[in-house]
Amino acid sequence: MGEIKLMKGNEALSEALIRAGCDGYFGYPITPQSEVIEYLSREANARTGMVVLQAESEVASINMVYGAAGTGRRVCTTSSSPGISLMQEGISYIASAELPCLVVNIVRGGPGLGTIQPSQADYFQATKGGGHGDYHMIVLAPYNVQEMVDHVKLGFELGEKYRTPVMILGDGALGQMMEKVELFEQMPRKTEFPDWATTGKKEGIHRSIITSLFIQPEVMEQVNLRLQAKYREIEKNEVLYQTINCEDADYIFTGFGLGSRIAMKAMEMAREKGHKVGLIRPITVYPFPYDIYKEFAGKVKGILDIEMNAGQMVEDVRLAVEGKTQVEFYGRMGGMIAGPDEVYEYFEEKFLGGK
Amino acid sequence: MAKSLGDVIIDIEKCKGCELCIDSCPQETLALAPRINQKGYHYAVKVQDNCTGCLNCALVCPEAIISVYRKIVK
Amino acid sequence: MSTIPNFIEIPVNPEIAQKEFEVYSKPSTLTDKPFHYCPGCGHSTVHKLLMEVVEEMGIQGDIVGVAPVGCSVFAYDYLDIDMQQAAHGRALAVATGIRRMLPDKLVFTYQGDGDLAAIGTAETLHAANRGENILTIFINNAVYGMTSGQMAPTTLEKMVTTTSPFGRDVSTQGYPLKISELLAMLPGVTYVTRQSVHTTANVRKTKKALRKAIELQQEGKGFCLVEVVSNCPSNWKMTPLQSQQFIQEKMIPFYPLGDIKTPEGK
Repeated sequence: MGEIKLMKGNEALSEALIRAGCDGYFGYPITPQSEVIEYLSREANARTGMVVLQAESEVASINMVYGAAGTGRRVCTTSSSPGISLMQEGISYIASAELPCLVVNIVRGGPGLGTIQPSQADYFQATKGGGHGDYHMIVLAPYNVQEMVDHVKLGFELGEKYRTPVMILGDGALGQMMEKVELFEQMPRKTEFPDWATTGKKEGIHRSIITSLFIQPEVMEQVNLRLQAKYREIEKNEVLYQTINCEDADYIFTGFGLGSRIAMKAMEMAREKGHKVGLIRPITVYPFPYDIYKEFAGKVKGILDIEMNAGQMVEDVRLAVEGKTQVEFYGRMGGMIAGPDEVYEYFEEKFLGGK
Repeated sequence: MAKSLGDVIIDIEKCKGCELCIDSCPQETLALAPRINQKGYHYAVKVQDNCTGCLNCALVCPEAIISVYRKIVK
Repeated sequence: MSTIPNFIEIPVNPEIAQKEFEVYSKPSTLTDKPFHYCPGCGHSTVHKLLMEVVEEMGIQGDIVGVAPVGCSVFAYDYLDIDMQQAAHGRALAVATGIRRMLPDKLVFTYQGDGDLAAIGTAETLHAANRGENILTIFINNAVYGMTSGQMAPTTLEKMVTTTSPFGRDVSTQGYPLKISELLAMLPGVTYVTRQSVHTTANVRKTKKALRKAIELQQEGKGFCLVEVVSNCPSNWKMTPLQSQQFIQEKMIPFYPLGDIKTPEGK
């Protein structure tokens, strides 16, 4: 059993970065995740020698991540929605150059400068590409502080396995809330680095070039085909989700991250009132667990999706069920968090013909 | 008195005929050939046997295609 | 064009052109790939000089370069060392990431005026201000070369480009930017020099400056900037020789050559 602590989401994630043997962190303060760079600035270097650098902007941060990831080191940046938008060009380059790294988005309400309150409105940006060109990040959606910790380790492992950027898609509430968390043991920092890393040309070994420029269309197409093959492989192997009470369910509530916690509470309310409601919670939102929705689509009378946005993941749920069951959506936007009671009422209205 | 005998070898297929070497040569040893290479450029060649191996042409050559030789004869 | 009417090509003299008498040949640290640059372009001269220094100092395995967006975007095709290609303007952020992970290696960026002094000004200034142990080689040819001749931040007053077709009007298009002088003011910056490669004497001086900058890097002395006032015959609409003359007559009076800041205290 690892060390148990009561920690704020942002600080727990920071602690996990140190413990995962992260070599470098490059970031720029933005609410609601500034505790990450503050915690790391205090703790990291003295404990593991990890480099922590406050960059001049999110644009610089992500490009520092690109350079550092190119040396084969474990590197990370964190930000919140407007900052993540600024990073999109860099993430596209990182995906194309096939560099592993961890990008954390503690999402806040948008669009624009928006609000500093929690939101899930960056789902499309995170899961469908975000920047230019055909690419994906692996996107992990923690729903509590424990997963904010666990996904750091998982994120680094997946990124290195597939040489791809990985995003942790949290939100302002997960970043700010305090919960009990079990921390994994301190892992050593890496001492061996992949042969593609730019660490100085070695005698007799091919030199390393990190680039996303392939000016011949024939070559660029091959790069794209390789990336797409990698995404199919990820979709085949790395889908993660959780189901609760689905065996006997007439209805399924669903949501990712904080949305799934609201859905969970609403499910409990429905169960108390005698309605057989289950829950599907995607843990990876890219790759999306289409199959589990498809499996239940023929068995249940309806699916209610709860998100803190105008309805983004619901498009994937509808894709998955192929019209075989009724899919309804309940969301609040702009930093507002739905209460389980309003979700339950919406469920009654849409599926039970009102009270 | 020691005399410096020089020579140059120019990789003419990589020459782009920019003439910087010709301009830099104090001996007027080099000139552009009336012929063109496979890329379609007139290329630099030696037209006088008076090279001293001073290096100027190689220093200014952007293509790094000039090798210079120098033999000191007493 | 200086072709000679009664043209006689003199063959190579096998008595002299022998390995033992060789005083110059292409550095082994350059690949065999022919440069894609236009005839007479200073880019390849600077590539050559940098790789001569790398060869002479025996640091091919100790140096990592960052290529920019601009004409030198393919620099890694020619420089036979480990390299990364950066997004437009971000070379110094990428180099910072590399250098912070590899504190024992030498890291340089190779950037043009648009990359370094327009879109990448923030990254340039802050990397310099942090005193990052990075050498930046800055090619200033007063024009955007790769996108075919638009105005650059360093374009001279009244100079004609495709986006200043009536000459750069400083009242609406701003003034040519002396970024080297700006950066020299920062305490994290150790060595700033402005050189050129338009004459043999200047080629020698530029090589010396590059060597000095790399030696300072080896000593961990902080940020170094070697600006090279260069040409763009194609976009200046000149022959290579005319472009050398333009450097001498127009560029150098505004961008004077020489050391701007040295660790010895200039």
